[in-house]
Amino acid sequence: MDLYEYQARDLFEAHGVPVLAGIVAETPEDAKAAAEKLGGVTVVKAQVKVGGRGLAGGVKVAKNADEAYEYAKDILGMDIKGHTVHQVMIAAGADIKEEYYFSMLLDRANRTYLAMASVEGGMDIEQLAEERPDDLARVPVSPTTGLNREVAEQIAKEAKFAEDMQSDIADVLVKLGEVFEKEDATLVEVNPLVLTGEGKLIALDGKVTVDDNADFRQPAHAELVDERTENPLEAKAEAKGLNYVKLDGAVGVIGNGAGLVMSTLDVVAYAGENHGNVKPANFLDIGGGADAQVMADGLDVILGDEQVNSVFVNVFGGITACDQVARGIVQALEILGDAASKQLVVRLDGNKVDEGRAILAEANHPLVTIAATMDEGADKAAELANK
Amino acid sequence: MSIFLNKDSKVIVQGITGGEGTKHTALMLKAGTNIVGGVNARRAGETVEHVDADGNDVTLNVYGTVEEAMKETGADVSVMFVPPKFAKDAAMEAIEAEIGLLVVITEGIPVQDTAEFFAASQANVGSDGKPKTRIIGPNCPGIITPDVSLAGITPATITGTGPIGLVSKSGTLTYQMMHELSEIGISTAIGIGGDPVIGTTHIDALEAFEQDPDTKAIIMIGEIGGDAEEKAAEYIKDNVSKPVVGYIAGFTAPEGKTMGHAGAIVSGSSGTAAAKKEALEAAGVQVGQTPTEAADKMREIFKNL
Repeated sequence: MDLYEYQARDLFEAHGVPVLAGIVAETPEDAKAAAEKLGGVTVVKAQVKVGGRGLAGGVKVAKNADEAYEYAKDILGMDIKGHTVHQVMIAAGADIKEEYYFSMLLDRANRTYLAMASVEGGMDIEQLAEERPDDLARVPVSPTTGLNREVAEQIAKEAKFAEDMQSDIADVLVKLGEVFEKEDATLVEVNPLVLTGEGKLIALDGKVTVDDNADFRQPAHAELVDERTENPLEAKAEAKGLNYVKLDGAVGVIGNGAGLVMSTLDVVAYAGENHGNVKPANFLDIGGGADAQVMADGLDVILGDEQVNSVFVNVFGGITACDQVARGIVQALEILGDAASKQLVVRLDGNKVDEGRAILAEANHPLVTIAATMDEGADKAAELANK
Repeated sequence: MSIFLNKDSKVIVQGITGGEGTKHTALMLKAGTNIVGGVNARRAGETVEHVDADGNDVTLNVYGTVEEAMKETGADVSVMFVPPKFAKDAAMEAIEAEIGLLVVITEGIPVQDTAEFFAASQANVGSDGKPKTRIIGPNCPGIITPDVSLAGITPATITGTGPIGLVSKSGTLTYQMMHELSEIGISTAIGIGGDPVIGTTHIDALEAFEQDPDTKAIIMIGEIGGDAEEKAAEYIKDNVSKPVVGYIAGFTAPEGKTMGHAGAIVSGSSGTAAAKKEALEAAGVQVGQTPTEAADKMREIFKNL
């Protein structure tokens, strides 16, 4: 899960990383009150989980509380690259002397962590990496040691910070490494890390991504979920423990196993090219246990999507037996009753496929069509969705 | 022949007494796997009863540690069915005991835990310069050498042995492809897992298949996220002489959304299916647009071999 800037700021503060005061506001009135509380010059910053908000007009410097009110009024509700701004952060102004860059992330390719730092912050780091790679220090960090003092000093040195600053920089980096480790992050980025006129280092803007797999030991992360930005169907699916992603098409998809479901979406999209370009409506992996309730829950979520015109159930029975899946489908349709209103194309293969197909054939449900192969099922479902 | 797993492999199961461990120990035995024991610290000294492929009763000892199990049974492979919370400690234990092959089935392990135990496995190197423990997974179906041995949860009944080597990030796509190619058969099918950090990579499997005399052609299944497929493509260009067919899932996946597997995510313009397909094709790999088309391409290859 990606965090908002203010959430990253709060985590930084909790781990002793120097940050400026910041207050979240959801109305212009609250923004004004926040600016009054902070006093002096403040910065009104749109809270969205997407880059480039400055260019989009989502960051404004307010000379006083009234200006903060006006800017908050403009920014709240703004659409930045498809993200609606529900909150702004009113941040204390800073006397910026220099801007630096730091990030620590999971380096998938090398199966380790990677720290990057530069004395040129504030700019787009991908651009810097491309144009002047020598100005961006890249230091692998071992998952065994983490970002300890020794590694932090090495990063400060390789990033060519002035010698008399390296120790202070290393202090901050160790704390950011702590954020990475203690919060189960896969990304901690500070851009810019600034040096103020008074000679203080401050993490002025932060980006943090946390690992959802670590939720069981990070109970506080549940508080960071913003339900407003969640798709209602995705929220409903999540509440039922389903692995669902909403897409834009008309063919609902249910399958078992993430890879097979991803593949099914592709096959539906190809088939759709012959049927008015219909597209898959969702990703839904029901995993190994495809019992009636899981199937009913899955169908319920998918049929709640108004864009859906047909549903393709694509199951390969590995350990899961197709007869169980078939019974699950039949019972799910009973559970749903009249709520099941769209045509279902079912392709079963693998473990106990003959028994599974026989169960479906015997039930002879008017909404269910049996397909022999994945390609055939996708084609049929696309055809039905295009009617 | 086969890669990583053969008829001499002696397998233990970490978490042998749990629900999944019990179920899959039975299925592995039925598939012919030589399971020699299990591990659960809290149930050490107990035994579990199963039936082997020939229908004979088998009594397996439960040991307190991997080290003890290895000492008592000569095991060289461990299959791990341990919940995410305890997975790091279990994997560390197996790595410290220097098990040759560790298959981590568990889905949902925090990636920092995996990064940590993977680093530990790389740090313990044998006299040949290679790490003493090879890890497969996590979040994977494991490895099967059909009709010989199964270390994992792949259904053993889909296909028999044959000349195709299969490597895949996904479980059910592995099954689908084995099914599509069942009339030709599989030498070894290895599911490397869908997590962002995994032990054995496509490249490791390609290298082993290239050297395996019984593997005549290779099918490689990838999906969105990371750059493992692109790297594999580069590797194939320079190092693989056997024909390779590819399939990539996730062309329709939107940017920034995790598609089921923790590692299956397109970030910005990186990790897309299109880029992976292009890289593979540039390396001379025939890429099927659907699993069925990939299987057709493989059949064509065997017609001409």
